[in-house]
Amino acid sequence: MAEKKYLIKQISIFSENKPGRLAAIAKALQEAGVNILAFSIAEANGFGVVRALVNKPDLAHTTLTDIGFMVSFTDVIAVAMRDEPGGLFEIARILGEAGINIEYSYAYSGKDGAVLILRVDQVEEGVEKILAAGGTLLDVSLFQ
Amino acid sequence: MFWNREMETISGEDLEALQLSRLKWTVHHSQNVEFYRRKFRDAGVTPDDIKTLDDVEKLPFTYKKELRDAYPFGNIAVPMKQVVRIHTTSGTTGKPTVVSYTRQDLDNWSELIARNLTMIGLTDEDVFQNAVNYGLFTGGLGFHYGGEKIGATVIPSATGNTKRQIEMIDDFGVTAIHCTPSYGMHLVEVAEEMGASLDSLRIGIFGAEPWSENMRKELETRLGVEAFDSYGMSEMYGPGAAFECPEHDGLHLWHDFYFAEIIDPETGERLPDGEKGELVITPLVKEAMPLVRYRTGDITRIIPDDCPCGRGRRLARISGRADDMLVIRGINVFPSQIEHTLLSIPEVGDQFMVYVDRINHLDEMTIEVEMNRESFSGELADLAGLQRKVAGAIKESLNLRTTVKLVALGSLPRFEGKARHVVDRRGEIW
Amino acid sequence: MWDPRAEEMPATELKRLQYRLLKTLVYRLYSFSDFYHARMREANVHPDDIRTLADITRLPFMYKRDLRDNYPDHLFTATQDELVRYHVSSGTTGKPTVVGYTANDLENWTASLARSLTACGLGRGDVMQVSYGYGLFTGGLGMHYGAERIGATVLPSSTGNTERQIELMQDLHVTAIACTPSYLVHIGETAEKMGVSIRDDTDLRIGVLGAEPWSEAMRTKLQDALGIRVYDIYGTSELSGPMFTECTEQNGIHLWGDLAYPEIIDPETGESLPAGEKGELVMTVLKKEALPMIRYRVGDVTVLNDEPCACGRTSPRIMRIQGRVDDMLIVRGINVFPSQVEHALMEIPEVVGSAFQIEVDRKGALDSMLVRVEMSPEAFSDKITDLMQIRGKVAHTLKSSLNVAAQVELMAPGALPRFEGKAQRVIDRRVY
Repeated sequence: MAEKKYLIKQISIFSENKPGRLAAIAKALQEAGVNILAFSIAEANGFGVVRALVNKPDLAHTTLTDIGFMVSFTDVIAVAMRDEPGGLFEIARILGEAGINIEYSYAYSGKDGAVLILRVDQVEEGVEKILAAGGTLLDVSLFQ
Repeated sequence: MFWNREMETISGEDLEALQLSRLKWTVHHSQNVEFYRRKFRDAGVTPDDIKTLDDVEKLPFTYKKELRDAYPFGNIAVPMKQVVRIHTTSGTTGKPTVVSYTRQDLDNWSELIARNLTMIGLTDEDVFQNAVNYGLFTGGLGFHYGGEKIGATVIPSATGNTKRQIEMIDDFGVTAIHCTPSYGMHLVEVAEEMGASLDSLRIGIFGAEPWSENMRKELETRLGVEAFDSYGMSEMYGPGAAFECPEHDGLHLWHDFYFAEIIDPETGERLPDGEKGELVITPLVKEAMPLVRYRTGDITRIIPDDCPCGRGRRLARISGRADDMLVIRGINVFPSQIEHTLLSIPEVGDQFMVYVDRINHLDEMTIEVEMNRESFSGELADLAGLQRKVAGAIKESLNLRTTVKLVALGSLPRFEGKARHVVDRRGEIW
Repeated sequence: MWDPRAEEMPATELKRLQYRLLKTLVYRLYSFSDFYHARMREANVHPDDIRTLADITRLPFMYKRDLRDNYPDHLFTATQDELVRYHVSSGTTGKPTVVGYTANDLENWTASLARSLTACGLGRGDVMQVSYGYGLFTGGLGMHYGAERIGATVLPSSTGNTERQIELMQDLHVTAIACTPSYLVHIGETAEKMGVSIRDDTDLRIGVLGAEPWSEAMRTKLQDALGIRVYDIYGTSELSGPMFTECTEQNGIHLWGDLAYPEIIDPETGESLPAGEKGELVMTVLKKEALPMIRYRVGDVTVLNDEPCACGRTSPRIMRIQGRVDDMLIVRGINVFPSQVEHALMEIPEVVGSAFQIEVDRKGALDSMLVRVEMSPEAFSDKITDLMQIRGKVAHTLKSSLNVAAQVELMAPGALPRFEGKAQRVIDRRVY
């Protein structure tokens, strides 16, 4: 189906909550030549999950797995946002009206404008609604 | 004070005659149980071989495993309709051990607890808070019935809700409390935080887990009680089979109800009085589930001289175990039970470590888990769900509270040969 | 029958006995209880004014708040050496409700249950699993003593670990269970998942169910699904605990007339209502020593039935409880007052104690309670672990104050609806 090309592979990495863990992840990715495009950390009780969009997700997965990290892929979508007041509202409104819940989200603002990364409970419907409302979704090819 | 002066102080030839006649009855009665008939046959003895108390040495030992294997009713020596109560203790794997009681057994059990409570000065004027588990665990109902027998006001407060327990002590003028020693220490600390006085409290009964003389001092000064040690196990009815008198130098194992031996746990040889070894018990009046030379696994010695209180000889306080059993928050747990539970959770696999610590006087169990790669979804909620699942499984199977930590792959020790997943870091607690 | 003389006593004789017991009780309390003395004086009634059983309506009511106001033991009419037990349940605000018992109180409670369990068809040959909570809650120990009295084998399995309970039920040849109706539904469902048929793989034949409301529809469903007979049991801790059950006719709960005198009143006016009319149950417990109860407003709505029962027992019956006159909820057999929730939340500075909502639902067979509460703006932290800690604290405080676990959802300040007057804080989605 057409929506498939908008499903982006985010890598999620399990990390204990202690000094040096993030540095170890970043160093390994640097050495493998993997560029991190967007990144966030979610905290919980004694551990966290590092979430990242990278230019070479499969390589990142192997690299981190090889040095003993637990890594998995999660489908997220990336929406181009107008980098001005109201940009986020437009997207949130579309999803809200469609009854689609945002589980988590993070954003980056780069040279090509602002991008909102979303993990939603109904991915395919989310893609459909955003496209139908005239929104721009970033293509998976940008992230691999 | 005595509840039953005649039996409590019976001694010399009278005691021996009583014990011998009851031992003979027990040994004959045990023959109503198939596995005892088999054991006697295998050992080449008959009940009639018991002519003196020392003849007990001819009889085979009974092990916990045999009681468990007899599940559910293979260890019962009376018709089912005479059984009025059933308790169970958690089993190493799967099935629990069933202990059954006739009405006479319940009366006997209440009688011995009534003796204990009277011996330490409790009467019908006292308010007794019974802060141990009720239900299938024998601690709660056992002391409950005993407290009721002496006419004390019993508060069946059971475990948990420490703040409420402390309010009750102050509001109801509680004079005596029964709990595990570590819970006693926890009460002290919460009461100090709450600014509760606990003025009315004068007696503390502590059992179900080992405790030291240092802990006694701590409990006595900070809780404001005179502390007494209580010993027992479900197989011997429950707690309270042996109890400290006001001399605080050893425990009286009620000699008209139980016959005690000390043996070398390796060789099974009987040891002379005064020497340390494993306690072996033959109950003398148990009806529903008679036992012959039951191996308790507890290490102690018989203090040879008579106690000044008039109740005869005593057992020294328990000073260790003959096996690897742990007592965590008053619950008996074998490391194999914890391992069995964790190994049955697919996300956990065999990479886990269990640490037992004593933090703020309470036993705390921490489980560190390296989850399987395949089970990692990347979702935070799934990880939190696994923490809950592991804690829930341990709670369900062993009734123990745990903290579950998820740790990075490869961070737990790997074992060559026999894995040691359970580490007791509580130090010297005996 | 356990006690045919009491259970079959002809109506006129029973009335005479009740009058005598009431008269003695009123004299005793007028003389020895400061509380009842003052209440009777206020109501301008003297024991001598009680000349017939019907004169009971001249006596003042007793309310749950009287127990709270006299916490812990100011209503007790027994000395410490006479008291042998306390039970404690949650109250309406702050302090819990404490009930004291003398040896005779325990005896009457146990005897009442011995009659009731016998009326359900239980006896010496039965093995009864008591799956009510043991301890301060009256359900566990009450049923335990009752079943022990009739000579049944008691398995004190208490609550929790349902799979183990089912294994024990099978292996120990359990024939009867005492628990809440929803827990029995849960047992049925869990057994099915385990591949165990209660009907075919166990010896279970009788369930004695109570501590929460249920319906005839649920009875039919349980009896059909499990192949057993189930009976309703009634009682509250103030009256001693669970005390009265249906007989095998399954048509109303027998209130033993020599122990209790029930009335039904209009909760608004306090006027007595005739048998057959629906109203609030008011109980006078005729032989209670430690915590006497004259005209206690139980708060349960039911109908009195004084027709003779086909079983031959002459005592009056009450029909199934149809509701409450107040906003009390029953969650997993535990009584919960919204006012108690508010009181507990008020103790926590991180939340706004007055801004909360309770949602009760039945997921699967068991009740679940969700408490939504607004955070106070100062307590907000951008660390999720801090928020989780606050949530944990709220859950812990509620659990210790209510004795039943609640899920907690932290809400933004102002997120919950505001009410004028009596707040509609409870959403109860359960269907019985």
